[in-house]
Amino acid sequence: MKKAGKISIALLVVISLFSLFAPLISHYDPDKIDLDTIKEPPSSKHFLGTDNKGRDIFSRVLYGGRISISVALIAACLSMGIGLIVGLCSGYFGGKIDMAIMALVDLILSFPSFLLAIGVSIILPPGIYTVMVAIAAVGWASFARLIRGYILTLREAPFVEAARSLGCSNIRIVFVHLMPQCISLTLVMMGLKLGGYILTEASLSFLGLGAQPPTATWGSMISANRAYISSAPWMVFFPGLMIAITAVCCNIMGDNLRDRFSVKIKE
Amino acid sequence: MGAYLVKKLFLLIPLLFGITLLTFILTKALPGDPVLSMVGERAQPEVIERIRNEIGTDKDVLRQYFGYIKLLLQGEFGRSYYTNRKVFEDLLLKFPNTLKLASGAMIIAIPVGVLLGFISAYRRESITDRIITSISVTGLSLPVFWSGLLIMLFFSLTLKIFPPSGTGDITFLILPSITLSLPALATLARVTRSTLIEIFDLPFVTAARSKGITEFKLTTIHVFKNALIPIVTVIGLDFGSYLNGAVLTETIFGWDGIGRFTMEGIIKRDYPVIMGCIITCTLIFVLINTVVDIVYHYLDPRIRLHEKSR
Repeated sequence: MKKAGKISIALLVVISLFSLFAPLISHYDPDKIDLDTIKEPPSSKHFLGTDNKGRDIFSRVLYGGRISISVALIAACLSMGIGLIVGLCSGYFGGKIDMAIMALVDLILSFPSFLLAIGVSIILPPGIYTVMVAIAAVGWASFARLIRGYILTLREAPFVEAARSLGCSNIRIVFVHLMPQCISLTLVMMGLKLGGYILTEASLSFLGLGAQPPTATWGSMISANRAYISSAPWMVFFPGLMIAITAVCCNIMGDNLRDRFSVKIKE
Repeated sequence: MGAYLVKKLFLLIPLLFGITLLTFILTKALPGDPVLSMVGERAQPEVIERIRNEIGTDKDVLRQYFGYIKLLLQGEFGRSYYTNRKVFEDLLLKFPNTLKLASGAMIIAIPVGVLLGFISAYRRESITDRIITSISVTGLSLPVFWSGLLIMLFFSLTLKIFPPSGTGDITFLILPSITLSLPALATLARVTRSTLIEIFDLPFVTAARSKGITEFKLTTIHVFKNALIPIVTVIGLDFGSYLNGAVLTETIFGWDGIGRFTMEGIIKRDYPVIMGCIITCTLIFVLINTVVDIVYHYLDPRIRLHEKSR
């Protein structure tokens, strides 16, 4: 793996640990309103300044990171899980099931992805689970298509034929023999997609479809504070910087994973 | 060619059915009773019954779906819960603005993206290549609602060159166009780079070089022509990213297009508005991708021959 890949993985680990151990790092309550310290610029007391309700931005960024990163990560796992199972079955069994599933996949991929995610999230009450469901409802399709294509090339491979002649059931062949073959491919795909999920989570939160106030997420901090962009730019700058850094690191990690495992995935 | 065009358009039909089916399911799944939200909860039972009959919510689901398609074909997307204006009329009013913004972003993204990808591939593994690659990864990873705010802070609030927000002449258009072009530009640079690198390794490039052709002629004529297909595909697909990004960019810059319309709908939970925007944007996206398919049918004689031989 290249140096950039290693650095970005290290940075992701640091960001995740900081968010995870937020209470140990910042002693400010992220949601506590303190009207004596409104809109203070970054200082030694408030590392990244305070917002229009006097809440510590550093603390909110740390706690917000918990939600933003975990929502994106869980959504990625959900997409991967659904896509993997659907793709495996679709590719292995073929026939009408395959046709129906692929028609659905094509359909989902023919929507502008973010708009479809909005469409899914408005039918549910706003919250972090809604964002996860919305991302996964759109995201599984590309995993399913990728896995299906790969399984089609493996379906007639000698080891599958051997398993079949030994009397393995279809279920066993799919989950014991074929699934492990897809692990590196799915993980690479997840690495490539994670950065995008971080951005989608942030964008849905920005639109107010994610966690509700006063809970902080990186996206909602920007939307709540964007009116103060000229008088107190730090309120918007730091949460966005965290989104950008996390997404950049995820994307670099994804690219490096792809090169490392020499997997061919089209952009 | 005519046959291909007909086939492509014919394939659109099941896709359109699929799209409307999916949006119909989403509409059905929306919280609240559409009839009650139209007439208010204290309306007389007879009135509710009559409207229910008119919209057809008392019929079976399949009939309702066909009724829904019929309404869509008539351009009847429902009325906004708040303004009581027809959603379709507002969409028609706002669409040109989104088109302007998307065109502005394309005018920036296509030449810059292709040029960056070109330089990057040509100077593979050099410092220039690394810088461009980092720029494109960054462009891909910036949330547009944040980069938009920073661009606004810098160019209009600090330097005061452009107006910060609003809808109007070209000076209002420049900043949102730049913001919206960033992710598309980054994708385009990446794809151009990887395509060109693959092509530079092909035997025909070596053959052309050994023939003594100049590097300039080689890249502009031989290599670039071959790279056009993936590039055109990405330009088509990027249109989706313009529509996605328009929601956020238009909101930030107060640009009165479909994107901001969607955002306002979301804030007020004005479901007919949101669904109308989603359907319209998806239809546009699908049509553009079909056009792109047809365009590269023209661009590449290999695809044409392949179609004929089948």
